[in-house]
Amino acid sequence: MPEPAPSRASGVDFLAHRPGDDVAVAVRDTGPGPASAAYLDSGHRFEIMARDAIPLGHKIALRDLAESEDVLEYGVLIGRTRAPVAAGELVHTHNLRSARWQKSV
Amino acid sequence: MAEKRLTGYRRPDGRVGIRNHVVILPVDDLSNAVAESVARAIPGTLAIPHPYGRLQFGADLELFFQTMIGTGANPNVAAAVVIGIEPAWTERIAAGIAATGKPVAQFSIERHGDLRVLEMASRRAAQLLQDASELTREPAGRGELLMSIKCGESDTTSGLGANPATSVAVDRHIAAGGTVIFGETTELTGGEHLIAERCATDEVRRKFQAFFGEYFAMVERTGANLLGSQPTQGNIRGGLSTIEEKALGNIQKTGTAPVVDALAPAERPTRAGLNFMDTSCAAAEFITLTAAAGAVIHLFPTGQGNVVGHPVEPVIKISANPLTVATMSEHIDVDVSGLLQLEYGLAAAGDRLEDVIDRTVSGRLTCAEVLGHREFALTRLHPSA
Repeated sequence: MPEPAPSRASGVDFLAHRPGDDVAVAVRDTGPGPASAAYLDSGHRFEIMARDAIPLGHKIALRDLAESEDVLEYGVLIGRTRAPVAAGELVHTHNLRSARWQKSV
Repeated sequence: MAEKRLTGYRRPDGRVGIRNHVVILPVDDLSNAVAESVARAIPGTLAIPHPYGRLQFGADLELFFQTMIGTGANPNVAAAVVIGIEPAWTERIAAGIAATGKPVAQFSIERHGDLRVLEMASRRAAQLLQDASELTREPAGRGELLMSIKCGESDTTSGLGANPATSVAVDRHIAAGGTVIFGETTELTGGEHLIAERCATDEVRRKFQAFFGEYFAMVERTGANLLGSQPTQGNIRGGLSTIEEKALGNIQKTGTAPVVDALAPAERPTRAGLNFMDTSCAAAEFITLTAAAGAVIHLFPTGQGNVVGHPVEPVIKISANPLTVATMSEHIDVDVSGLLQLEYGLAAAGDRLEDVIDRTVSGRLTCAEVLGHREFALTRLHPSA
């Protein structure tokens, strides 16, 4: 059965899994600059300002994060920040670490 | 949608395969040379060389036998020629395969030498190949095909696209009465509670938690920094930052069915539905274990482009990463990169995948088969004596 197709207008720069997530994923090389984003579950769209160049597949912070703060994706904890991260900055291994592999620091 | 007509090879033990291989199975590293010579002498047979089989003992030896026997017994195999350095372990593997009712021949090298074994085994392999060539495909139900799933060189596009598309196919396979094996024990770290919640009974949950707890403790005991190994350097290059993020993407592909059993490595499932298997997350090791458990088709979502195949279990690659699809097209069977630009939804992506699954079942070669990817990697539980 065909699904109702989400709006196709010009695609998006970032996808977030669900509302409440702290990060979204670049689905094409993006930024720095204004960018479009959508939630994967609802297709709901929003705008975001990328402060860094975010390559395809890499994450952008959707809000300001303090040091040692829990980070959610899929609505679940994916790690803790190593340093403060501002909304719009790249989130990766330089500023995010596992909360489970204790030696992976 | 009307049920499509699928076909396969019904083996003497009742299980259904989708390929019709005659394998030349070396028992040990020493027998690889002659096994590969037999496969060269009789084109159309398939040697499965590997580096182990000597001085293994205890649980590690038992898993070795289970894996070798299970590989020969896999329903994608019509017949097997087993060659070992000495007769006792050769006989054990040959007898285990023969218990399925399929034809098996066995040869040992000591007191004959490679050259006499080459002639004897080649003559027998030729007969077995001719006999196998007369076996014909029969109608098969989707639910009769044992499926396995594992992703590799994942990135964030896996969790957004390729894995959710795979989950559609997994749910459909189980709804048709089928059985699907997932695993990758350490790659559930951070999402293990989500799997535990889906276990059908307390007994299954306890088994799952015991497997997970033991593997996690083994990793922690090493005291090693796993960043770069789990997640891999490829995962990190693709944007995955932590084991938790990788695990949550991984779990996306398991669909929505309850987990009906938690299996030891290479253990054959007995309950229809979604089965967890305790495994390494290395692609070839995983598929070698599920093929030994009898899986006949594997769904392999990839982000950065893992190219793995297996000698007897066809591996279908699914990717949502537009860069990977563009630069490694010869490896990708199903392109679902349109999911990332919201060009179509999950059900449509699932339809694309199901179409390729059905064609692969009925004989279409996968990219990995065409490119000659036949990775076969035995899982070791501890060192040899």
